[in-house]
Amino acid sequence: MSEKQLSANLMGTTDGLLVLNNGRFFRGKLRGAPIEATGEVIFNTSMSGYQEILTDPSYNGQIVTMTYPHIGNYGVNLDDMESKTTHASALIVRELSHISSNWRARQSLDQWLIEHRIPVLEGVDTRSLVKTIRSSGECSGLLVPSDSRHTLDELREEALGLPTMAGQNLARQVSTRESYFWPSTEKKPLTVIAYDFGIKYNILRIMNNLGISVTVVPWNTSAAEVLGMNPAGVFLSNGPGDPAAVGEAIDAVRILLGKLPIFGICLGHQILALALGCKTYKLACGHHGGNHPVMDYATNKIEITSHNHGFSVEENSLPENVRITHRNLNDQTVEGLESLVHSAYSVQYHPEAAPGPRDASYLFGRFLEMMKSCS
Amino acid sequence: MPRRTDINTVLLIGSGPIVIGQACEFDYSGTQACKALKEEGYRVVLVNSNPATIMTDPGLVDATYIEPITLKTLEAIIEQEKPDVILPTMGGQTALNMAVELHEHGVLQSSGIELIGASIEAINKAENRELFRSAMKKIGVGMPSSIIAHSIDEALAFTESISYPIIVRPSFTMGGAGGGIARDEEELTQIVLHGLTVSPTSEILVEQSVIGWKEFELEVMRDNQDNTVIICSIENLDPMGVHTGDSITVAPAQTLTDWEYQNLRDMSIKIMREIGVETGGSNVQFAVNPEDGEILVIEMNPRVSRSSALASKATGFPIAKIATKLAVGFSLDEIPNDITQKTPACFEPSIDYVVTKIPRFAFEKFPLSEDRLGTQMQSVGEVMAIGATFRESFQKALRSLESGHSGLNPPDYADDYLTPDEILEEQLQTVSSKRIWYVADAMRRGWTNESLNTQTGIDPWFLWQIRSLIEEEENIVQTEISRITPVNLKNWKRLGFSDQRIAELLKVSEDRVNNIRHEWNILPVFKQVDTCAAEFTSETPYYYSTFAEENESLPTEKAKVLILGSGPNRIGQGIEFDYCCVHAAWAVRELGYEAVMLNCNPETVSTDYDTSDRLYFEPITFEDVMHVIDLERPLGVIVQLGGQTPLKLAQQLDTAGVRLLGTSYANIDRAEDRERFADMLKKLNLKQPRNGLARSLNDAENIAAEIGYPILVRPSYVLGGRAMMVAESKTQLAEYFQEAIQVSPDHPVLIDQFLQGAVEIDMDLLGDGDNSELAGIMEHVERAGIHSGDSACILPPQNLSESVLKRLEVQGKALAKELCVKGLMNIQFAVKDDKIFLIEVNPRASRTVPFVSKAIGHPLAKYATWLMLGQKLKGIGFSYEVPETISVKETVFPFVSFSEADTELGPEMKSTGEVMGRGNSLEEAFMKSQIAAFQAEIKEGHIFIGVSDRDKEGMIAAALEFEKAGRKILATEGTYQVLEKAGILNLVKTSLDRKVPENIFACIDRKEVALIVNTTRPRKRSVDATHIRRVALLHKLPYFTTVEGTLNLARAMSSTNFGSKHSYQPLNLPQ
Repeated sequence: MSEKQLSANLMGTTDGLLVLNNGRFFRGKLRGAPIEATGEVIFNTSMSGYQEILTDPSYNGQIVTMTYPHIGNYGVNLDDMESKTTHASALIVRELSHISSNWRARQSLDQWLIEHRIPVLEGVDTRSLVKTIRSSGECSGLLVPSDSRHTLDELREEALGLPTMAGQNLARQVSTRESYFWPSTEKKPLTVIAYDFGIKYNILRIMNNLGISVTVVPWNTSAAEVLGMNPAGVFLSNGPGDPAAVGEAIDAVRILLGKLPIFGICLGHQILALALGCKTYKLACGHHGGNHPVMDYATNKIEITSHNHGFSVEENSLPENVRITHRNLNDQTVEGLESLVHSAYSVQYHPEAAPGPRDASYLFGRFLEMMKSCS
Repeated sequence: MPRRTDINTVLLIGSGPIVIGQACEFDYSGTQACKALKEEGYRVVLVNSNPATIMTDPGLVDATYIEPITLKTLEAIIEQEKPDVILPTMGGQTALNMAVELHEHGVLQSSGIELIGASIEAINKAENRELFRSAMKKIGVGMPSSIIAHSIDEALAFTESISYPIIVRPSFTMGGAGGGIARDEEELTQIVLHGLTVSPTSEILVEQSVIGWKEFELEVMRDNQDNTVIICSIENLDPMGVHTGDSITVAPAQTLTDWEYQNLRDMSIKIMREIGVETGGSNVQFAVNPEDGEILVIEMNPRVSRSSALASKATGFPIAKIATKLAVGFSLDEIPNDITQKTPACFEPSIDYVVTKIPRFAFEKFPLSEDRLGTQMQSVGEVMAIGATFRESFQKALRSLESGHSGLNPPDYADDYLTPDEILEEQLQTVSSKRIWYVADAMRRGWTNESLNTQTGIDPWFLWQIRSLIEEEENIVQTEISRITPVNLKNWKRLGFSDQRIAELLKVSEDRVNNIRHEWNILPVFKQVDTCAAEFTSETPYYYSTFAEENESLPTEKAKVLILGSGPNRIGQGIEFDYCCVHAAWAVRELGYEAVMLNCNPETVSTDYDTSDRLYFEPITFEDVMHVIDLERPLGVIVQLGGQTPLKLAQQLDTAGVRLLGTSYANIDRAEDRERFADMLKKLNLKQPRNGLARSLNDAENIAAEIGYPILVRPSYVLGGRAMMVAESKTQLAEYFQEAIQVSPDHPVLIDQFLQGAVEIDMDLLGDGDNSELAGIMEHVERAGIHSGDSACILPPQNLSESVLKRLEVQGKALAKELCVKGLMNIQFAVKDDKIFLIEVNPRASRTVPFVSKAIGHPLAKYATWLMLGQKLKGIGFSYEVPETISVKETVFPFVSFSEADTELGPEMKSTGEVMGRGNSLEEAFMKSQIAAFQAEIKEGHIFIGVSDRDKEGMIAAALEFEKAGRKILATEGTYQVLEKAGILNLVKTSLDRKVPENIFACIDRKEVALIVNTTRPRKRSVDATHIRRVALLHKLPYFTTVEGTLNLARAMSSTNFGSKHSYQPLNLPQ
């Protein structure tokens, strides 16, 4: 399609374009920050929780498509931040709300995104985009104003050249540079060292509420340093990117195994798995939503869980002393592991919810029990 | 765990007749339950008194009893069928109450029957207000504070802890009569004192008001492994204060942050566990304070509900079906998700569209009651629409209503006293069924969103959406048709504007807009409802239209038939037509065609994605129907099974070159057009009551003088006898004209000779284009003057001579032949002094089809579909035989839901539902039909008779029968004298005057009265008479307002055939 044909097709309401590395493009109206963006294009099927998603470091550099058509309805508030700032590179929606209606709202999403330099493509046939992502697996794209001086072919070429997620250590980008401390108000709290690969605040909130004080440390903190702080346990956080690229952290975890109780979530789960000798792979289509059923084999109960991951642990790669504790009932993928030798376990999904159901919050309690029994 | 093997027979209880608050959503859930149980190989026994349901179709389960849902009947059927378990959660409140009654009378215990789906303990905990309150307290879930008070002091003490406004509800008055909202101490004192007086127990509930709070509902499912999922969240556009069934509701919730939503989710699960619903679905209703997010739980239903039907249609997750499977032992992960077929049912649907439900009301049927919404449900039906955005789905829902709106049309301010602004003020303060149109118009008139939010409590988010539509309407108005660009038009369509609305705003014809749109290729696409927001591929063909890029509905190569449904339930057009459409879908599929269904009523079986091959959830308007036709290219369209809704489109579809299956449009028109109809009758030498067509009052008076009073007057072309009336004098005619002109300004008024005392006959016929066959012939119990939809009827007729019956058949067949009827036709006759008059011909299936089908044991709608598809009667092999079993259809009315509404019947249809009584004698069948209609046996006690002069003689026969039945008769002065003179002995004088010591109200209060018989002259409602009928209603006493009905009942009561000797036979399988 030539540029002329393209603009004829866009019929004026369109002033932004999302061009994918598979050659497809989607048009819409540009809102939020008037800038270009690139990144892996993913979708999230949660019907609420956009503020948590946009501030979750795991979405670092990703162009997030919300499948629910109305985004921004309840604005943005002070409490639902999952990190200090936003991390997604762009937002794609069917309709971005012009007003915010909620007693906690402090700002409209539109305004907030402008301030945080995040562009929004509105009016997109998001369902069609989701189906494209679903069928093509990994999908990168660039979001540009349609008056761009480039032709569509040039944009397609540029999209093709975008880096893929495999092999990228993104944890490095989002991790804290300095360690920091979230104290519990409990009189004699346990202390946990949390590796920050892109940690969400709700993990810290939940641990605090359980009477755990947390020291958050940079992604490449050495095992010796951690042991030197003499914590009750180690937590491996969620985060973006390819787990296999976070070599230093995997090495550190290998050393910490057996010395301290370890609990990992998401990227932290994959890092633990790699440290235990498993392999990870990129899913054909990542899990991003708040409605996945997961079976907990300890109780044989099903929990509805929040997911956000593109990589997964390969079931065949599990060594003998590692067993599967949780499984996704939709696609049977591995959702949880534990070491039969060491006090270490992890889950692929997000027991801290935010956004999503809180069915799996018991996993933090298990961590507490494990630390107590090991101390 | 897999299915239970210790169960052999399951008894399923239906919800009985359609009433307000309990409609065909329970046929939808019941039908799913029947299928699910059969799928698992259980023997299923069903009891339901409603013949218009799909679930009661013979063959669906092993033994179908169309019998009254009462303790006595259930006991007998349990004795006969020996079920192991009862599933009581599929038949609404009726089934749940029945289960409790069976338990309380020890029936469950003595026959060792287990309740599955919900235990007695769970039902009691959820239904009993005090038990529920303490359960909520235990788990730390808040409820609105309330106390039971017996004095003004107790009520005032309550205000120390709770701030105004405060709600007062007297105990044991129907519909909250005598209650109110108090804003200060003075008001409270006044309302409390009044409330204490009207409550029979001098007891009131004083409650913290949450009026104006946001209202949400969550649909929860739980299995026996304690796995719990939320299927859907629903946000009410109308905040607390309006019954959720009367509210515009939207799925999913729009204005909750995830944190708040998860709080509601956690609470719902906690509540389900605490109440102890071990398997199945429940809904939990919450109020959320918009100021600070405080959450209070309002109630929970431990069963499937109207909301769960809506949630099923909104998400694609079949709650009733899954709940049934859970009840027989499965866990959620063992059941596949029907729609994806790849993932389990244990998940929470994610939807990528917006669903809007709007209720449909019928206040115009009850002129005495005020159009004011409150905590008592009053709507008679609902529509649902799916769109990519709220605005699209909302506007689709508005036009689905068939209430004369193409969108947010300005309301009619015609009023003699008030200015539009005064009307607006009033309309926004009180909630009427038309509030949303007034809200929109207030925006046109300059009201701000802030003031609208203050007045109505509607969330600013919704107000913004509505305002943006009004602003866009103003843009459209200001656009010249010649200057519209494709960008404009596409934008309008994406906002959900119908062609008709755009045309109205542009002041051009709808055709013109439609043509331009097609020229520019601005067409909708169809998207799938898949439970997972496209995360997985899915197979189930359930679609909605939207203006977007990619079309997902890819028609197959197979020959297909489009069936147009009947839209929202309303008085005059209800479940009977959905029944026909479902049969059509089945019949089409049986013949190897693909069945494509189009409908917008979420309560129905027809909109179950299981019913047809492809389902389009769309408004039934010409524009929306044509979009589906253009895509699917069906070989033809069935318009004669969905009532007047699709039939109204016949002309436009015919003109557009769409092939109508069945009777041709030309012949439909010959039956519907009054003049052409008269010509046809003349040609066939058939007699019509004398009649005329009046375009002015003067006209009407002249015609009436020619015909002679009494006359029947009605506007042309309406269903259900809207605004129809018998006028006995010139004065009444003039009175009527004022009202009728308002009803239909562009249409003339029809005037017919009223055949006093005539027997009315309903006849259904099947035709194949050449030949026809009688399908059913019914004699109405009530005489001419009562709408056919409101009268009881008997099949086969009991009081007609062989020769009259033969002549009726000959006339019916002559009409069928003349109109080349292909499919079904319904004729109404009146027989007076052996003379046959033709009242009406409907070239379509009528509301009698399911009843007749069950009475004669043949699936008429299925045959009709086959005939429409070209089969011949000979090939089908159906011939009418007079059945041995006698069947009586009785109607059920919604009077109790409408304050001040009179229960008297007339030519305007008012009933919402029907029941069927079957028996070996007329008496048995009639008695069962009455018990089923009142949903209770007739108690011991006296019979009250107080009738108008012209009915007094007619009461003698009835009184004799009552006397034979051993009943004492209480009669008012005039009636007493006539009955005494006639030799009735067991007779006592009473009075409608409360001042007289032995007045009837005192007897009713002492519970000495079993039955009320009361008639008045039409159009002369005496206050006393209205009052006694209202009192009967509120005391749940059976009442009769016609001589014929009373006589039939009296005979049934005196005959030895009734009572414990009733026999209960399951329906026969169809041949």
